[in-house]
Amino acid sequence: MDFRFTEEQDMMADVVRGLLADHCQPADLRRLMASNEARDSARWAHIVELGLGGILVPEDKGGLGLAPVDFVQLAEAAGYAALPEPLVENAGVALPLLAALVPADHPVLTRALAGEITVALAHPANPMVADADSAGAILTVAGDTVHLTTPEAAGLVHQPSSDPFRRLHTLANVAGETLATGAQPALDAAFDRGALFAAAQMVGIAQRCVDLAVDYAKERQQFGKPIGSYQAIKHHLATCQVKIEFARPVLYAAAADLPNGDLHSRARISQAKLAATEAADLATRTAIQVHGAMGYSWEVDVHFFLKRAVALASWWGDAALHRDRVAARVMTQPLGPEFTFARES
Amino acid sequence: MKLDYTDEQNAFRMDVRDWMQANVPAAPLVSFDHSREGFEAHRDWERTLNEGRWGMVTWPEAYGGRGLDLVTWLIFEEEYYRAEAPLRVNQNGIFLLGPTLMEYGSDEQKARFLPAMASGEEIWAQAWSEPQAGSDLAAVRATARRDGDDYVLSGHKIWSSRAVFADMAFGLFRTDPDSERHKGLSLIFFPLDAPGVKVQPIAQIDGETGFAEIFLEDVRVPAFNRLGDEGQGWSICMATAGFERGLMLRSPARFQVAAKKLVELYQANEARLPAATRDAVLQAWMEAEAYALSIYRTASRLVAGGQIGSEASINKIFWSEMDIAMHRTALAILGARAELTRDAPEAAGVGRWLDGFFFSLAGPIYAGSNEIQRNIIAERMLGLPRR
Ligand SMILES: Cc1cc2nc3c(=O)[nH]c(=O)nc-3n(C[C@H](O)[C@H](O)[C@H](O)COP(=O)(O)OP(=O)(O)OC[C@H]3O[C@@H](n4cnc5c(N)ncnc54)[C@H](O)[C@@H]3O)c2cc1C
Repeated sequence: MDFRFTEEQDMMADVVRGLLADHCQPADLRRLMASNEARDSARWAHIVELGLGGILVPEDKGGLGLAPVDFVQLAEAAGYAALPEPLVENAGVALPLLAALVPADHPVLTRALAGEITVALAHPANPMVADADSAGAILTVAGDTVHLTTPEAAGLVHQPSSDPFRRLHTLANVAGETLATGAQPALDAAFDRGALFAAAQMVGIAQRCVDLAVDYAKERQQFGKPIGSYQAIKHHLATCQVKIEFARPVLYAAAADLPNGDLHSRARISQAKLAATEAADLATRTAIQVHGAMGYSWEVDVHFFLKRAVALASWWGDAALHRDRVAARVMTQPLGPEFTFARES
Repeated sequence: MKLDYTDEQNAFRMDVRDWMQANVPAAPLVSFDHSREGFEAHRDWERTLNEGRWGMVTWPEAYGGRGLDLVTWLIFEEEYYRAEAPLRVNQNGIFLLGPTLMEYGSDEQKARFLPAMASGEEIWAQAWSEPQAGSDLAAVRATARRDGDDYVLSGHKIWSSRAVFADMAFGLFRTDPDSERHKGLSLIFFPLDAPGVKVQPIAQIDGETGFAEIFLEDVRVPAFNRLGDEGQGWSICMATAGFERGLMLRSPARFQVAAKKLVELYQANEARLPAATRDAVLQAWMEAEAYALSIYRTASRLVAGGQIGSEASINKIFWSEMDIAMHRTALAILGARAELTRDAPEAAGVGRWLDGFFFSLAGPIYAGSNEIQRNIIAERMLGLPRR
């Protein structure tokens, strides 16, 4: 029993955090927004250089063969930066799904692992497809069959999001080359990764909002003192931090247990999603309150995080769905302290 | 990250389970806050635990322990609560003072106090709070005057849990009469039956005398009873408090067992309950699990040589608020029967939820109120200005 990340895992997270601190600040986000481009190609090139695309793809399919627990802190960092580019959905969700369905030499897989293209996923859990316009290929799903199509063939209908960096589309035409039938287990695993990494991003968002609010509360003076010296402000922010600190261990345990693929691991992922959603909801709203009218303005950066949190709250399953998944474990499996790390028997 | 128990840990769990099965009293004991009889029954249980060397598995063997790490302690606690074993009447001793003694005590002090603590021969009360020194603990006025090899203690302590029937107390006293606030304080032990000590029980919300006032008038104790250096009392108390609120006072298993019972209560009444109740029950289970996961994470860090920091304050807020929420959900499920005492003929199946609810309301107050904890988080963890 050791509930700690390895040094390698922490190092990799530090590298990604550092890269995003250098290249994905709110000023960078605003520049991208003004440019009307889908991506900051220089930033994406840096991310591709890290070779993260195949992080969760098995080695025999050309990937790094790492596990969700190796990626979870990176997804958290992406949330902390409100990263516009599809690191999480591409490397965390779509590519491992593709790799599970096709041979190692499938051209879409090899190009995606080389960083030449990204792959978007039209998973039935989500009513829209993220980043479909900038993708080189789109996976669509009919029943338990997965098809492969392209943005050109799919007839993309843009569905503008309030989050300027979420490029959402519906598809007029989901038909395409059939990649695999009987793909339900792989699609379920993709759903679990999607929910887990959405939770990770929301923990990052929540922490960022607390950090932004703390910075502001130290600077902003009213009644001759920094507003951060007032206890009402302190207690609001402390309450947010408590929520974050108790979402994190759930998130990390969910990441470690995801490969088990049973009732217990699914409930843990759902629990992480619910806890992270709550933390992000509270922290985004609190950050706005702490900023006063500035918080309601376009000029202050909090709204980027608010909008991402609103989006992710129901992306990869809304609260009702995830509560039902928790109920499936709680109401049917043995309960008690000796089952914290249990697997379905 | 490896979230599996080793074979050794699994075997340890089974050893504890077997022993608990064979030894836990079949009927619940009378509360230790209710009567001398209840208190002594709990002392007997401490003796039994100690004879099996299960009193404090983390303590060195020399003091009746097994020298095991904190993760193993969590496993022990899980089996302890699973078996519904009696509450620990000596928790102020074994969970708070014990670890502090091991860190700050001399070898002679350890030999004098730890074995008697482990065996239940000496049950301890904590005597820190005073009428004018609650949250503002640094305002303590009780004094300890040095007189040769002795200290002479005077003052008025209050809210001291278990003090009504306990044998010993560890108190915070001003050893330097000219000192102010955090300086000049020392941690000193005194027997609760020493000449000059008067213990006045205080009834709690539930009618039990769980805590007491302690009046000290020229109480003479040997200087040997001082833990650490003169004037070091404050920093020792803060170390104790960190451990108390952060880790040992409320082990996760307690809440996980309560969550399990809440699920059972819900399932027994499901047909007449609205969907929102199910969600509240799930929330209780999730919070108990989150607390357990968080403590395992902290324990892993401590086992690897880390120190406990501001997470103590984070944890304290979380478990105390979770405890209230859980009990409120139970009362909502019980409906109009929630108010019944256990003596009511209609009270079958009502369990101890109302007692638990009352007690949960003390959680945000003792061990440093939650308002104070939020101040600590904001100032020490988030770095917001003190004033
Ligand atoms: C069940 C129980 C068992 C206890 N057992 C023991 C024991 O064994 N030994 C012992 O020494 N003590 C014990 N205590 C006492 C406990 O430590 C104190 O109650 C606690 O420190 C609070 O002090 P107080 O009750 O004087 O409240 P006060 O300090 O008067 O606080 C009253 C209210 O004001 C708030 N408040 C105070 N200061 C601030 C501030 N700076 N900012 C914001 N809010 C503030 C508090 O949070 C609280 O809500 C026990 C208490 C209880 C309820």
